[in-house]
Amino acid sequence: MTAPLLYALAGAMLCGIGLFGLLWLSHLLRKLLAFNIMGSGVFLVMVGLPQHQGGPDPVPQALVLTGIVVAIAATALAVVLIRRYYHLSGMTSLEGDPASREGGAE
Amino acid sequence: MIRTVRALAVAVACLAFTGLLGASIWTIAGNSTPVNLPQLLSENLERSGVEHPVTAVLLNFRSYDTLLEIGVLVIAGIAGISMAKTASLEDPEVRTSDSLLYALQRWFVPLMLVLAGYLLWAGSDRPGGAFQAGAVLAATGVLMRLGGVPMEFLRPGLLLRIGLALGFTVFLLVAVASAIGGDAFLAYPPGMTKILIVVIESVLTLSIAMVLLALFVSAPVNDAEDPEEGSSS
Amino acid sequence: MTLWLMAGLLFTPLAWAVLTLLTDFTRGRLVTWGGILVQVLVSLGLWLVVSRDGGFYYALGGWQAPLGIELRVDGLAVTFVLLTAVVASACGFHAGVYIDPDKPWHRYFWPLFWFLWSGLNAVWLGGDLFNLYVGLELISLSAVGLVALGGKAGALRASLRYLLAALLGSLAYLLGVALIYGQFGTLSIAGIVFWLEEHPVPAGSSLALALMVAGLALKTALFPLHRWLPPAHGIAKSPVSALLSALVVKASFYIAARLWLELGEPLGNLAAAQLVGLLGSAAVVWGSWLACRQMELKQVVAYSSVAQIGYLFLLFPLTYSVSESVSLQAQQGITLQVISHALAKAAMFLAAGNLVLSTGSRRVDALTGVSRFLPFSLFSFALAGVSLMSLPPSGGFAAKWLLLQASLGSGQWWWVLVLLVGGLLSAVYVFRICRASFLESPETNQFYHPHRSLEIIPMILALLSLGLGLVSAEVLSVMALPFEEEGSP
Repeated sequence: MTAPLLYALAGAMLCGIGLFGLLWLSHLLRKLLAFNIMGSGVFLVMVGLPQHQGGPDPVPQALVLTGIVVAIAATALAVVLIRRYYHLSGMTSLEGDPASREGGAE
Repeated sequence: MIRTVRALAVAVACLAFTGLLGASIWTIAGNSTPVNLPQLLSENLERSGVEHPVTAVLLNFRSYDTLLEIGVLVIAGIAGISMAKTASLEDPEVRTSDSLLYALQRWFVPLMLVLAGYLLWAGSDRPGGAFQAGAVLAATGVLMRLGGVPMEFLRPGLLLRIGLALGFTVFLLVAVASAIGGDAFLAYPPGMTKILIVVIESVLTLSIAMVLLALFVSAPVNDAEDPEEGSSS
Repeated sequence: MTLWLMAGLLFTPLAWAVLTLLTDFTRGRLVTWGGILVQVLVSLGLWLVVSRDGGFYYALGGWQAPLGIELRVDGLAVTFVLLTAVVASACGFHAGVYIDPDKPWHRYFWPLFWFLWSGLNAVWLGGDLFNLYVGLELISLSAVGLVALGGKAGALRASLRYLLAALLGSLAYLLGVALIYGQFGTLSIAGIVFWLEEHPVPAGSSLALALMVAGLALKTALFPLHRWLPPAHGIAKSPVSALLSALVVKASFYIAARLWLELGEPLGNLAAAQLVGLLGSAAVVWGSWLACRQMELKQVVAYSSVAQIGYLFLLFPLTYSVSESVSLQAQQGITLQVISHALAKAAMFLAAGNLVLSTGSRRVDALTGVSRFLPFSLFSFALAGVSLMSLPPSGGFAAKWLLLQASLGSGQWWWVLVLLVGGLLSAVYVFRICRASFLESPETNQFYHPHRSLEIIPMILALLSLGLGLVSAEVLSVMALPFEEEGSP
């Protein structure tokens, strides 16, 4: 068990925690935070896993940097959307609206 | 009761997922990879124009990723400011009159600007680069805005849009310049790699800071709405 | 020449995104129409070059894979590039007339439109796993921005739901990419395939493929992960809905299909292939059933997309451990299905937009009497419906005929039932719309008559979809072209 592998396994755990949050929590900001936790988990796996052959690998580090910027962009957009949604509807979750139910016909 | 059962089911599924993932990582870590990319990278590092391998990957070997990624950032900025309130700067609620913040600002703002400059410069041979510098620059802007500095350019006008697109435009022009000469898209002309990368990094820093700041500012909302399709009355 | 075409293909959408960002809506429209012309010419040029000389790898920045990013420009990729050019330009022209230029936030439609287009091109050509991820995010974020544009609470709710689903899908895909990189040390698909040909399959990489396919299935809205799609596609502006249904969901499916065809044989297994096929069949039946029950016109079309997407996933069982010829038939059938559905669904959404504009209501029962006022749009809608019902000579018919043959050829007769039931149900929901519009009501309705060009564009798309069956052999021959240089370093 090397240190990078420990990081990768921790990343796997973070992925599990984030997934639970995304699936279970209903508050939109919490969902967004859960997405970020899961994202961190994925990045940890990405950086931790390829290091088992001695020396850090710069390629996944660059990839993760790109991934972080993409995640930041998505998070910021989501926050703007959530704020505007809250402003207009006064709701903090996507649940509890008849229009979103499947079936449509009454 | 039903809620508890559902929570349990989701938790068990997530645990199973984690276990599966962990087992897979454990197995994969035992194998050796057939391609040794780090070695290939260090062999080609000299031709990349920068000394730091991560920067070399970001701005030379895999610069297409970076170009598209800046595109993603610009998209988020566009979508953000499309919801912005034009007059939000006059909103008195946004400005604080916190004297502590005001005092801190005088110390922090110059310091953070210097730090951003350092991070940008450091990117060529040690950890650092356009993204880190841009993030620090954006944080400086957030601090200034919270402290009540008006920053007129953040209105959703032409200036803001030019700022959003500047880094992306310069990157794109460099990318296409070599293609017009018959080379591949995104190839740097020989001998000019280093200077071009420095130019791109600098404008990217500005644009990244601008996008992040614009997204921070555009969070306040306006009341004007688009009527839904088909709901003309 | 080829190099210039490639550079033009990659450069124009990004450059036009910047150009239109700096202008207002009306000037942006003119600029966009110029850009569409360039992009269509470049796509057509590239298609002609590839159909003459065969496919090639294009190393971006002059760096070969695995160090750099290589684009895979083959017959299939350029076919989709051309399809994107056709559908996106139709939507672009339609949007220019359809969207109200007086609202200040509508100027942001054009840059998002162009970013979406560039993301689509990046995905069709991508040969690098991580680059495909960035392309997917480019598509998702611009699509979410388009759905939310100037939105009310309903549009924001739909776009938030869409954004969260898309982000979760991307993360699952990226996790798979991380595992693949840890296993193989490279991100180039061609490199991985090349290595797998000569070595035994290493343990532990099946999960990577499963994660990637699951994430992409979520982004493609495969049953039971489809619930984000109908609200988003239903509530967006009609040209946006057309783009989303015709092209955006196809992008994630395209990656999943490419991964399955390249890596499915070594890394997948029979149960997984059958499971994906089963989910696809469930999507066909359930999506069509719900489409029959919707009260709003655009929801009908959106649920029909869920059903039509289901067919695509029959690719998985029909290409796993079957003979070479059956697999080829299935691939050709699915490709035709992608193309014909893209054309038909774009036509349908644009025509539905005209109907909604004309009646001033989104509901199906408000269509009463519209057949007298807007026969042309209604006719386009019905013609596109013919392709969805897969009646001859439409592209949909050719596609399902090939799938039928592939199912029978591989002894998997149960998929034939899905094809039949799906065709029948799609006839039901198309006829339901037509019936509603041919009903006459005693009170004279006031209908708004949309601009003539709004009516012509969906008609052209519907006719293309209908005529696809007649030229399917020619279209398929370009996709089957061999590579100029085999393999990759």
